[in-house]
Amino acid sequence: MEKELRLMKGNEAIAEAAIRSGADAYFGYPITPQSEVIEYLMAEKPHERTGMVVLQAESEVAAINMVYGAAGCGRMAMTSSSSPGVSLKQEGISYIAGAELPCLIVNVVRAGPGLGTIQPAQSDYFQSTKGGGHGDYRLIVLAPASVQEMYDFVELGFELAFKYRNPVMIQSDGIIGQMMEKVVIGPQKQRRTPEEIIKQCPWATVGKPTTRERNIITSLDLVAAKQEEFNLKLIKKYKEVKENEVRYELINTEDADYILVAYGSSARLSMKAMDLLRAKGIKVGILRLITLYPYPTKIIGELTKKVKGFLAVEMSAGQMVEDLQLAVQFKKPVAHFGRLGGVIPAPEEIVEALEQKIIGG
Amino acid sequence: MAEITIQDIIKKENLVYTKSKVMTDATLSYCPGCGHGTAHRLIAEVIEEMDIQSQTVGVCPVGCSVLMYNFLDLDMQQAAHGRAPAVATAIKRLMPEKFVFTYQGDGDLAAIGTAETIHACNRGENIVIIFVNNGIYGMTGGQMAPTTLKGMPSSTCPYGRDIEMMGNPLKMTELVAQLAGTYYVTRQSVHSPRNVRRAKKAIRLAFENQKLKRGVSFVEIVSNCNSGWKLPPVKANEWMEENMFPFYPLGDIKVDGEIVSK
Repeated sequence: MEKELRLMKGNEAIAEAAIRSGADAYFGYPITPQSEVIEYLMAEKPHERTGMVVLQAESEVAAINMVYGAAGCGRMAMTSSSSPGVSLKQEGISYIAGAELPCLIVNVVRAGPGLGTIQPAQSDYFQSTKGGGHGDYRLIVLAPASVQEMYDFVELGFELAFKYRNPVMIQSDGIIGQMMEKVVIGPQKQRRTPEEIIKQCPWATVGKPTTRERNIITSLDLVAAKQEEFNLKLIKKYKEVKENEVRYELINTEDADYILVAYGSSARLSMKAMDLLRAKGIKVGILRLITLYPYPTKIIGELTKKVKGFLAVEMSAGQMVEDLQLAVQFKKPVAHFGRLGGVIPAPEEIVEALEQKIIGG
Repeated sequence: MAEITIQDIIKKENLVYTKSKVMTDATLSYCPGCGHGTAHRLIAEVIEEMDIQSQTVGVCPVGCSVLMYNFLDLDMQQAAHGRAPAVATAIKRLMPEKFVFTYQGDGDLAAIGTAETIHACNRGENIVIIFVNNGIYGMTGGQMAPTTLKGMPSSTCPYGRDIEMMGNPLKMTELVAQLAGTYYVTRQSVHSPRNVRRAKKAIRLAFENQKLKRGVSFVEIVSNCNSGWKLPPVKANEWMEENMFPFYPLGDIKVDGEIVSK
């Protein structure tokens, strides 16, 4: 089975990519707008296709702890949920980061706070990029803007998770999760054998042979100085992530006077806004974030020298814009535009926001 | 006559009892008289006798036994508070040929982890759950547990557990015995040589059952907490016999998937 073109929902693409990337396990709990992930997996019988374990857990809390258990055995494990469910997972995510385990978490974001609504939003940016759970830790956060990227980022996410022994999050939203697009799907990758897993993950708890010391998966250290040493190790790791893993896309920025900074669905909407603005003779480009953490601070620094201002377009009350402001360091005007509560902004509103808040402001 | 040194006494032929090879040389962090050390030793002995050290993965809880991985020479995972059955579920599902057990206290298993316990038991995961019930939160300093007896004092019910205000003590073991996914459910103690032998037999059976793939084997160990109960060890054991055992009676509750006691 070589490359193949299919029409798929974003959520289905996540599920198919999980099977094809050779994932060992998925644990989840239904929540709108991402229940298609587990539905698709169950219908596909991955236990027959690849031997992958798929289990509907009793809660988001149990699901993320199952991910912890599987990841502790060196397995490629993932879960998916939407905002209220991802809040429930935060304890487990903190433990996974603290135990330095690789895993993939998908958040198909809906509007909050609380039960909020099932409509799409990008209001979990702080939770995804600033920690979310307790303690000093970071996730590597990927933001797909198409169904194709939903598919592609599963394998990329696992790759980064194992490279850094750190949880990776795909932060999507209800639009990308629910919409259908053409997807190129790759060939089936073989799941790693138990021997390959031991070789790749010598730290995994798979039963202690006489030939090595026991492996322990824990995030506990009761000695403050040792815990600090561990915290410093994590910081070093995140620094490496910042140096190596920043991903973004520049669209029409060469001649741009103004930059729309956006990710995911907002980036798609910004494309139309850019066309409308260019038709009016306003030179607008887009910086599309692919990694939300690490944030593309360096390229923003370079753009700051060339452009007249930035507009952060995000479906939140203004979260990502704070990182943009830090990167621009008040050298050029920065503003935020977003619709809230599951309302999807119209491109015309983005045009108006740039004109009023940056060009006219 | 030559002086006899300690080395002369510690000879293989003189030894009637040794530490299990599955236990490390680390000094136990438990209070003198605590049952955890004995319970750990029984698990280690069973694993050694079954020769499954290289095939066993344990999951330790949050609570006094959070550092269990320091004492058992096994691959182990430390789970978030109450989540050990979920963690063990995944380990066993991904490595069905391995032996997987959790070791949990009453707060961990019967309060914060109630959902994980019930659902792992109900799904019939092929794991062993060792449940140490001393009716109190030991590590955090003697607060009320879900299993604290009526009238029993703790630092959060200093005048005794008031049922009207604080609710009833929870018999989790009887509860999980009702679930179709449990295969063996028993309640034991480790406060006397006779009970230690019985508890070991129960733990052995629980691990043997795992080969049958018929569901959860659940071993409760009613134990003491002399620090939390504020009693010297011998008195604590007497208090346990007089107060804990009438409410938490020892013996098998479910064997081979059949309820054997009411």
